[in-house]
Amino acid sequence: MLKQIEGSFAVAEMVAMCRPNVISAYPITPQTHIVEELSVIVGKGQLDAEFVNVESEFSAASVVLGASAAGARAYTATSSQGLLLMSEVVYCIAGMRLPIVMTCANRAISAPLSIWNDQQDSMALRDAGWIQLHAEDNQEASDLHVQAFKIAEKTSLPVMVCMDGFILTHAFEPVDLPEPKEVDAFLPPFKPTNIVDPRWPRGIGLFADPRFYHETRYILHRAMEKSGKTIKAVSAEFAKSFGRESGGFIKTYNLKDADLVIISMGSVVGTIKDLIDEFAEEGKKVGLLQICSYRPFPRKEIYDALKGKMNIVVLEKSISLGRGGILASDVRWSFPRADKKDRNISSFIAGLGGRNITKDDLRYMVEKVKKEPVELEFLGLNKDLIAKKDL
Amino acid sequence: MAIKDYIRERFFPHIWCPGCGHGTVMNSLLRALESLGMSRNEIVMVSGIGCSSRISGYVDFHTLHTIHGRALAFATGVKLSRPELNLIVPMGDGDALAIGGNHFIHAARRNIDITAIVMNNRIYGMTGGQFSPLSGYGTMATTAPYSNIDHAFDTVELAIAAGATFVARSTSYHVKQLSKILRDAILHEGFSVVEVLSQCPTYFGRKNRAGSAVDMMEQYKNDTTPIGSKAKKENPDLIERGIFVQKEMPEYCREYDKIIEKAMKGN
Ligand SMILES: Cc1ncc(C[n+]2csc(CCOP(=O)(O)OP(=O)(O)O)c2C)c(N)n1
Ligand code: SF4
Ligand SMILES: [Mg+2]
Repeated sequence: MLKQIEGSFAVAEMVAMCRPNVISAYPITPQTHIVEELSVIVGKGQLDAEFVNVESEFSAASVVLGASAAGARAYTATSSQGLLLMSEVVYCIAGMRLPIVMTCANRAISAPLSIWNDQQDSMALRDAGWIQLHAEDNQEASDLHVQAFKIAEKTSLPVMVCMDGFILTHAFEPVDLPEPKEVDAFLPPFKPTNIVDPRWPRGIGLFADPRFYHETRYILHRAMEKSGKTIKAVSAEFAKSFGRESGGFIKTYNLKDADLVIISMGSVVGTIKDLIDEFAEEGKKVGLLQICSYRPFPRKEIYDALKGKMNIVVLEKSISLGRGGILASDVRWSFPRADKKDRNISSFIAGLGGRNITKDDLRYMVEKVKKEPVELEFLGLNKDLIAKKDL
Repeated sequence: MAIKDYIRERFFPHIWCPGCGHGTVMNSLLRALESLGMSRNEIVMVSGIGCSSRISGYVDFHTLHTIHGRALAFATGVKLSRPELNLIVPMGDGDALAIGGNHFIHAARRNIDITAIVMNNRIYGMTGGQFSPLSGYGTMATTAPYSNIDHAFDTVELAIAAGATFVARSTSYHVKQLSKILRDAILHEGFSVVEVLSQCPTYFGRKNRAGSAVDMMEQYKNDTTPIGSKAKKENPDLIERGIFVQKEMPEYCREYDKIIEKAMKGN
């Protein structure tokens, strides 16, 4: 049923329909509304779950780890500093192959303190062994959660659903929320495999000396790579069951004839599509390749989709300080060596700490890379704020 | 030094809600510093995150606005490298005793010369009214819509048990007493904890039907009593105000210096 609803609430309602047994979280802006709404749903008796309030994100992540290890379907949500504080547990969860689902309401990282959106937080944990899915709008943010539980439980990998803080979490949009019975039909009850069970005692997360540790990482990496199949299958199944496309690996827009392709992820792709429409009217052929699954990274899909596309610009809301665009690096590595030579891959960093990314900014970017490739540029940089020596 | 010189006027108006107790605590603190004649350059304020922690933006000392719950750990680093500076750490109840509880007890145990101010509004103000470890049994919060079943820490007892050598409590109503206590705390050599009951009319007040800021301050007036008063004997529910502990114990930086000296003597 179509409902005008805040992004956080749409996610909360969808998560509730996924019937998690245990939810644990700690308040942090801009995530708080999600778990607050879940606590209301649990409080009203509409969801039979344990809602555990804790004293930090470290504890929240630990509670869901424990719950999942005991066989529960477990969920948590956080942002920014909260995710960084969780990081030790985040790695453990992946190493233990626990199918936990987490929402990351993407927000900048301190210092300086900022509560506004960018994607540095989830990027910081991109290598932890979690599947990372990025939502374009609130419909997708909500849809991705039911897919996330299914993917997680099929692959025994944790899934982080990333949605841009404020831009999505606090925005009211029409969202089509399914009926609980439709969700039940799509997402069967969780049948845990890797759990502590007194009937069959086993250890989880034991000490792995140098004879074994190396291989555990190989297996986890392979599992992440293989999970791509499941992500695609679940997205296709979702489309069949619910009648709309959501999730998957990548999506494209006006790509076929494009002589310039923008690659990005998250809510900014909405603005990009608007601009692409404007360009089309002006007779300019610009296309979009949108990353939905950031981890596992859709290397092959990008390669296949961009055959013959020589001009690419990657726009991202995070940065590897001292290296440059992270997504841009990932994209570069999607092309085998021989192929890479002639491709122009430009890298733009935009919207850090909640700076708006306007159509004018994007238009400037497109015009600029049409003239020549740009190795790295901060879009919309206000040079008046920067001392000469720092420029 | 005039009070105004301690303030970064360019950052005003402040973000606190009308009636918030935190501004009063800042006021008392500034008056304490003024009475000590302290220069801005002798003071380092380290804060975490929360409405309370915003103080560090408004005062013109050396200030470090850090991350939620960790201010005491950062302050420990500052103090050990510059022991001659006065370290003041304003914290929220959540900041000090939920996410940062571990740092709190260990700073107390070391007896490092830092003044920790716990601005206790019994709620997470900044994030919208979730219960904290000081909310107490039976209180209401956005995370406790049917009332809280967690029991509260007694900040004073916790600080004493953990080893703090100066422990006091006051409220945002008792501005003069608070100022005097803060002055003593800053002068004390060792770990000082000052708990200040500071109203959050916006969240704690609304959720618990505690009335306006004025009503809440009136409650501080009526529900508290000086330590050891006759009233306390008659009504054990009254909350005591004043200095509970003030004792001389070896201070951490000094002990550390002694160790360095010993080590350098040539083992
Ligand atoms: C690691 C981390 N988790 C969560 C937050 C969000 N957060 C900011 S302030 C705060 C609690 C504030 O409560 P308190 O310390 O009592 O201060 P008050 O606002 O009430 O003065 C929380 C949970 C954060 N900044 N960092
Ligand atoms: S929310 Fe509460 S603690 Fe924060 S400024 Fe407002 S009254 Fe003060
Ligand atoms: Mg508080």
